[in-house]
Amino acid sequence: MSARDRSSPLSHALETGAAWALGLFWLAPLLYAIWTAFHPALYATHFDLFAPLTLENLDRAWHAAPFARYFLNTIILVTMIVGAQCVLCTLAAFAFARFEFPGRNLLFALVLIQLMIAPEILAVANYQTVRALGFVDSLIGVALPYFTSAFGIFLLRQAFLGVPKDLEEAARIEGCGTLGVLWRVYVPLARPIYLAYGLVQVSFHWNNFLWPLIITNSVETRPLTVGLSVFSSTDQGIDWSVITAATIMTSGPLLIGFLLFQRQFVQSFMRAGIK
Amino acid sequence: MVDQPVRRDGIVPPAPVEGRAAARLSAPSQTRKWLPRHYVEAWLLLLPSLVLLATFTHIPIVSTLIDSFYSTPKANRPSHFVGLANYDDMFADPIFWKSFWNNVVYALGTIPVSVAIALAMAIFVNGRLPGRGLLRMAYFTPTVLPMIAVANIWLFFYTPSYGLLDQIARLFGGHATNWLGSQSTALGAIMVVTVWKEAGFFMIFYLAALQQIPPDLKEAADIEGASRFTFFRRVTWPLLMPVTLFILVNAVINAFRTVDHIFIMTGGGPDNATNVLLFHIYEIGFKFWDQGYATAMTMVLLAILAGLALVQFLTAGRKVHYQ
Amino acid sequence: MTTPTGTRITRRAAVASGLALAATRAVPARAADMEIRFYYPIAVSGPITKLIDSYGADFERENPGVKIKPIYAGDYVQTIGKALIAMKGGDIPECAILLAADIMTLTDENAVIALDDLVKTPEDKTWFEGFYPGFMENARLKGKTYAIPFQRSTPVLYWNKAAFQEAGLDPDKGPTSWQEMLDFAKKLTKKDSGGNVTQWGLEIPSDGNTSWLFTGLTTANGVRLANADGNKTNFDDPRVVEALQFFLDLSKTQGVQPSGLTSWGTAPRDFLEKKLAMIWQTTGNLTNIKANASFPFGVAMLPKKAQFGAPTGGGNFYIFKGISPEKQAMAFKFVKFMTQPERAAAWSIATGYVATSPAAYATDVMKTYIAGFPQASVARDQLQYAVPEITVHEGQRVMKVFNDNLQAALTGGKTPEAAMRDAQREADRILKDYT
Repeated sequence: MSARDRSSPLSHALETGAAWALGLFWLAPLLYAIWTAFHPALYATHFDLFAPLTLENLDRAWHAAPFARYFLNTIILVTMIVGAQCVLCTLAAFAFARFEFPGRNLLFALVLIQLMIAPEILAVANYQTVRALGFVDSLIGVALPYFTSAFGIFLLRQAFLGVPKDLEEAARIEGCGTLGVLWRVYVPLARPIYLAYGLVQVSFHWNNFLWPLIITNSVETRPLTVGLSVFSSTDQGIDWSVITAATIMTSGPLLIGFLLFQRQFVQSFMRAGIK
Repeated sequence: MVDQPVRRDGIVPPAPVEGRAAARLSAPSQTRKWLPRHYVEAWLLLLPSLVLLATFTHIPIVSTLIDSFYSTPKANRPSHFVGLANYDDMFADPIFWKSFWNNVVYALGTIPVSVAIALAMAIFVNGRLPGRGLLRMAYFTPTVLPMIAVANIWLFFYTPSYGLLDQIARLFGGHATNWLGSQSTALGAIMVVTVWKEAGFFMIFYLAALQQIPPDLKEAADIEGASRFTFFRRVTWPLLMPVTLFILVNAVINAFRTVDHIFIMTGGGPDNATNVLLFHIYEIGFKFWDQGYATAMTMVLLAILAGLALVQFLTAGRKVHYQ
Repeated sequence: MTTPTGTRITRRAAVASGLALAATRAVPARAADMEIRFYYPIAVSGPITKLIDSYGADFERENPGVKIKPIYAGDYVQTIGKALIAMKGGDIPECAILLAADIMTLTDENAVIALDDLVKTPEDKTWFEGFYPGFMENARLKGKTYAIPFQRSTPVLYWNKAAFQEAGLDPDKGPTSWQEMLDFAKKLTKKDSGGNVTQWGLEIPSDGNTSWLFTGLTTANGVRLANADGNKTNFDDPRVVEALQFFLDLSKTQGVQPSGLTSWGTAPRDFLEKKLAMIWQTTGNLTNIKANASFPFGVAMLPKKAQFGAPTGGGNFYIFKGISPEKQAMAFKFVKFMTQPERAAAWSIATGYVATSPAAYATDVMKTYIAGFPQASVARDQLQYAVPEITVHEGQRVMKVFNDNLQAALTGGKTPEAAMRDAQREADRILKDYT
């Protein structure tokens, strides 16, 4: 922040204390859940610091429902969606940024509607569409409404607008067509945006619940989030050790990924910038 | 027509040729701004996205509107036009109003709180506090968890008498509270979960914005003897307006869109204390199969979102201070 | 059954999606395997999935060329939701285990077939007519049978014998009347020095489907919640209100039960943790409690007021309409297989569900089991007093209205009279097209 920190030692200490209290409160639920997942069921309700560690809960959770298949489904789903978004949003953003044509502003406004109105808001109608297309209970039925994203188009358009035009001219002189210019000039320059956007979208779609719940019926298509909700529906009798183990298992990959790549994660957000 | 920029190498491109002549003569590498052909290119680039958006956003909005004027198809009676009957039934239903007001309370409760906490977090992490890397991780971690996982964790946390919250309360002499099982506390308990998940995400945007504030502004303020608080109020906060607006848009969308935790934690209860619009739409549309009512409710939700979008759009024009 | 715009979209989409469909839909295996899918819920704890899979494997062994595919869909509400979504999507499952009380929803949606015509041989007849009448009451509608009982249960009262002993009560005698239950519960409620309750005398869980356990109270008070045709509810009957008042008073004035909505899911664990001395729970949790209890426990019928009474609950096998005759025949064979007395007995022992026929209780394995574990017979003995849980048209919707109002009364939001009056009014509105 500033070159000189003018706050007194007392207020600095208070601030540190407040920050840490907040941090502790923020981390406590997750830590308790992790603790419960790795200790025997007996200790789920009696906190004992020296309780023995165990992997039994994870083992039970893993075998209680087809989590391997759920993982596979989620990975395929997220890859499909983020891949499609990168391609389609790039194309659309390029058109909005660098082409002039009648109705451009109107179209862009229409696109921005999807920022506020996500596909799951229109679940009733979208379900009928997906059913008519024959994609109910398929991964593509889950992914299709998300293949393009107003948010992505918006971000990439911002990025492309900032690219100097002479770079494009130079590429044109060398004989690049439209797509060539896009690929050679614009996309590399927007790399931090792609990274930030990709990370957000991976996180979002890994964790998406309502639409997959509506579209998927069977194990072959069910992603982790829906699998977890089905698994922990209270009729089964709540066994906290197993449920926390399952919970940790399903959020584990993202959590570990985040912890390992924390700096890049945060920095890419910051570099992307919101103008 | 767009002017050609002056080129550094001094070469003057040939004069632009217009109309059909241009289409006949030009190779693709010619500046495409002058050709109707570029309309085609633009539209081709846009086509996949536009088709998808039309299919899953624009057309459903229209079809939802139309369907809301028709009755629910049943085994013995196909769908028929009923005018505003669905809306009448909806407005007469106390559960609709409950979910409506719950959503309003939920939005008003979670949005300012999560934005304020996010700002505080960003300021904490941006300052020179010890262990701020760890703090940043602590604040941001809830964001990467699926809401379903978050819901399970907090369900455990909230369990009466042996959930962690009650265990802590007992340390301070409090007694067991049925957080999710009482009408007075259930919605509040849900809101806490939302704020817990979202604040860290918003913090990152504030952090990015804070780091873009030029340090010489702070230097100048220090020289003038301005307190930290005054500096914040006069300089930092106005400069954060664009980010705040962006965050508010996200927070508003989430307040109406995120219902995952309600599925696991309360199922809308007790007695609809935690029922909100989208959750009720799911119940009506996919549990009771009442298409007429569900589409009418969706229209209400759309109207709210559109209204809020308009408000934010207009506010953006006037209040935001750009550098 | 699409709405007007749904139909318009269908035509448009059909034109547009031909290629896409071909590209993305896997060509179904043309092998000899016939696939019989069935949706099933997991409603009580236990290694249910493995059991179901093993039964499926047994059937496949006896019937080569058939593949049994269980689809685990969550709780009963989720399962019927998913089955109906699949059916409406054109992807009709062959059969499903769904809540017995959903029979009217399923027949209203024209989703399931009547099974009487499929019963041909004398053996089939014996099997078909061998189920307990208490379970068949809501498997039949207008003279036709639509379902076969599979995982049925009634709630029972579990009591902690060690806690009884401590409180000076006879550990081998469970409460038999409301008054006894209340008196015992008062003696069993223990507090610590700070005034916090460490052991509650009783818990009748009240979240989720409150109406199920509540039916135990209303039936004991001599009143039914709906008529046989399923088009008129009886929520505002004074005896129903009286039962609700009793339920509320357990926490509000008598202080023997935790206040607010108590969780069905955590009740067994709380009982095992000795935080609750008596609980009302489904007999389906019996095996789980037996396996995990560190103290001797007893099982009793729900206590009586005017009479003994309890709801039946749980799921039946339904076979869907619209599948091919060959699949229908195979699905029927599968249903018969799963509900044979020997298998019903094994299923009951493994889970705690009530075995569905007297023939199942007459099997050797069941006789041995009950001899060693008499608690297992209580639910069966209670069957003579059992009534179906509330079974009406628009079942899910009426149940929601009823549950909402029950929960409102139990959390202090409404008085019992007001709550039941509101519930009746709403139910009348929902059912007005069916009278």
